[in-house]
Amino acid sequence: MRSVALTVNGTRHELELEPRELLVFVLRERLGLTGTNVGCDTSSCGACTVLVNAESVKACTMLGVQADGLEITTIEGLARNGELHPVQQAFHDEHALQCGFCTPGMVLAAVSLIEAGEATDEDAIRLGLEGNLCRCTGYHNIVRAVASAAGVSA
Amino acid sequence: MAVAESTETFVGSSVKRREDASLLRGTGTFVDNLTLPGTVYLAVVRSPYPHARIASVSLDAAREAEGVVAAFSGADLAGDWAGSMPCAWPVTEDIKMPPHFPLSSDVARYQGDGVAVVVAESRALAKDAAELVEVEYEPLDAIAHVEKALEDGAPLVHEDVGTNECYVWKLETDDFQVALDAADVVVTRRYFQPRLIPNAMEPRGVLAQPGPAGDMTVWSSTQVPHILRFTMQLVLGIPESKMRVIAPDVGGGFGSKVEVYAEEYLAVALAKRLGRPVKWTEERAEGYQATIHGRDVVHQLTLAATKDGTVTAVKSEALCAMGAYLQLVTPGIPLLGAWIYSGPYAIPNYSVTFTGVFTHTTPTDAYRGAGRPEATYVLERTMDALAAELGIDRVELRRKNFVQEFPYAMASGLTIDSGDYEASLDRLLELLDLPAIQAEQEERRARDDVKQLGVGFSTYNEMCGLAPSRILGAIRYAVGGWDSATIRFQPLGSVQVVTGTSPHGQGHETAWAQIVADELGVDIDDVEVLHGDTAVSQLGMDTYGSRSLTVGGIALWHAGQKVIEKAQAIVAHQLEVSEADLEFSGGAFTVKGSPDRSMGIKDVAFQAHAAHNLPDGMEPGLEATAVFDPPNFSWPAGAHAAVVEVDTETGDTRIVRYVAVDDVGSPVNPMIIDGQVHGGITQGVAAALFEEGAYDEDANLMTTTMTTYLVPSAAEIPPYETDRTRTEGDNPLGVKGVGETGTIAAAPAVINAVVDALSHLGVKDVQMPATPERVWNAIQEVRT
Repeated sequence: MRSVALTVNGTRHELELEPRELLVFVLRERLGLTGTNVGCDTSSCGACTVLVNAESVKACTMLGVQADGLEITTIEGLARNGELHPVQQAFHDEHALQCGFCTPGMVLAAVSLIEAGEATDEDAIRLGLEGNLCRCTGYHNIVRAVASAAGVSA
Repeated sequence: MAVAESTETFVGSSVKRREDASLLRGTGTFVDNLTLPGTVYLAVVRSPYPHARIASVSLDAAREAEGVVAAFSGADLAGDWAGSMPCAWPVTEDIKMPPHFPLSSDVARYQGDGVAVVVAESRALAKDAAELVEVEYEPLDAIAHVEKALEDGAPLVHEDVGTNECYVWKLETDDFQVALDAADVVVTRRYFQPRLIPNAMEPRGVLAQPGPAGDMTVWSSTQVPHILRFTMQLVLGIPESKMRVIAPDVGGGFGSKVEVYAEEYLAVALAKRLGRPVKWTEERAEGYQATIHGRDVVHQLTLAATKDGTVTAVKSEALCAMGAYLQLVTPGIPLLGAWIYSGPYAIPNYSVTFTGVFTHTTPTDAYRGAGRPEATYVLERTMDALAAELGIDRVELRRKNFVQEFPYAMASGLTIDSGDYEASLDRLLELLDLPAIQAEQEERRARDDVKQLGVGFSTYNEMCGLAPSRILGAIRYAVGGWDSATIRFQPLGSVQVVTGTSPHGQGHETAWAQIVADELGVDIDDVEVLHGDTAVSQLGMDTYGSRSLTVGGIALWHAGQKVIEKAQAIVAHQLEVSEADLEFSGGAFTVKGSPDRSMGIKDVAFQAHAAHNLPDGMEPGLEATAVFDPPNFSWPAGAHAAVVEVDTETGDTRIVRYVAVDDVGSPVNPMIIDGQVHGGITQGVAAALFEEGAYDEDANLMTTTMTTYLVPSAAEIPPYETDRTRTEGDNPLGVKGVGETGTIAAAPAVINAVVDALSHLGVKDVQMPATPERVWNAIQEVRT
């Protein structure tokens, strides 16, 4: 076991972790933050995407102990004072989710893409989200939602 | 009805989804998010061999491992099963239906077949211990391909069955051969539609909680909570009355969760044995082996026509992979396409033969479209081939053969209620601007451009809205195709809706509220929609086959009519008028000619609950249940076109435009319809260009994770141009199914486009998925 201190959605947690525990299971099973989903186990689908120090990371590619001292934002930490984040709101407005399983990861990947200034047009958005798979929407409305939140046309 | 009289209606509007609120905030209730005190975790030990005798299973090391609660072999649990895992669709009288138990105890018949289970205090400990189970296998020869499986001397999947032929099913019109022989032109083509792995984003999962009195609560990531409940009685002997099944938020299904799987029975059996909650969550690689696959069909399709292009006969012969066992409806999947090999065309002579074949592979079953993409693909590809053979324009060939008058009795025996196939095609051509595309195609061909342009068409219809119970009975399906709905006014006027359908992304909570709000004239926010819990929704046949709206939605409408009838009787009684003197509009009953004498339906609801002044003999309360059995299937249709650019040096194909015009009847929520169409098309595009579940010669699955099976991302998928034409479905809401249309239409449109791009070089066919390698090879073959 190793002692780890990480900040998740603004709250500091001190945990004793097995070195093999993936960050995604630390979030889900230790901290009860089940909004971050596990979709593939091979870092292919992006359902487990979270922000680590404001950058999008697939939480199944990172060990919990590697998050020591880092700041993590999960989908539960995105809305402020009950108000949806603009990307969440755009997903609702544009019908960019159906079953909703990929949504937390997709939203956080989009937040990161927009904040990095890389959501410049439709092609850039499509390329920027290629690490996040959705099986329901055909991406059409996801791209529209991200473009809308980024203030670009698609 | 109220809908038509109101100027502002919810039905027909893109009402934003109420489902989003929790899903967007990460508070969804997916099964893996649920854990109960004392939960133990299940891990399944699976055969690494496609075919092997199980000589011995040693569980000693696993049982001694840290955190292990119990471990069992297939033989240990053999006494737990009251019966085989059921297959509900014995399509012929002499079908071979070998037994199928949650764990194999003698022979493993596909890679991934379960042979033992371990239960431990955590997910990780269960997995650790599963690796300590020692199974001694004696590997046997295995076969993965349907044609080879039927050869003499092929390894048998079920030794005691004596053959790999599961069934032969035939449908043929009288004097079919005479018509075929009389044709001017006959075109026959062979097609292989590979396996597709459904890949719902949420892996399967189950949590079983034993109760104190032999009762059991099961949370499952399922499309079919009601079906799951009664199969538990068949396999485990737990009566339906002791079984509560909850489908919480379910992260997609696409047919793969229209099943009750081994792990669901195992979780319940072990919860019963151990007296603790048992949980299992599928790992993706596990799902690739142990969740059903779709397709895997070899077709030979023949079209016969006169010289002027009138198609006179269609003949389909198909070898359909069952996999190693029959899951819930495995043998019936081809039959879901059996009646539509004539598509939207008036073809008077009809012959279909399906041969179901066992192979040492993961069982097949329903994957989006189920049988209809298979039929539509071979028909639409062959229509192009026939057009080329006849020297007739492929669009005009289609138009010339369209069914024109509705209702239309097809040669295959079913009747299409409504449609206007030319309207969809005309609108498609308007959006497409075909002359401009063809001009550019000519230019590129003239200058021998590296990137060639192609356009492909697919005009389709399909039968969905499963299904009329009498027809299901006639084709040997075990249960019915009806669905139910209850509408219940609460005392203070809010409305509770209980539906027998079980959504997993389709937005029933929103759409059902739209229907009820309009029908009863109440605010949409006053309508709550409950589903997916057998304790709440007693009667239901669940969600698959684009049935929820056309069956469950119509049940809902009928329940609304019953509520209005009862309310009207109460109002007539209290206002002392005859029921015939009342009209109902905008949520209020008004005496005809006396607009000041009226009563709102919420007031009626309170009166019904107070029950101070009801007609003699009337039961208190304002609620009604309706069970609706559809008299016919639903018949959506449309016209799709794909425009592709093919790099002739690399074989890379890009879709530059995709245009879809669909007739899905009257829209309830256009936003949700568009979403279904986008997602459906994407799965068809994926089949055409990217996805293939591949086995090697020895029946080893080669595509075992998302790293080797290409589920497309946003970067591979084009934006879509969609529009709708509209003919009313034959039901009170005028609706038709939409969940599968895109998947049915898209694959042939894309492959026809790829072939069109290369047709000037002499390419006539490209095997799907049209990967760069396959396209490049197709080009080399005609160049040498």
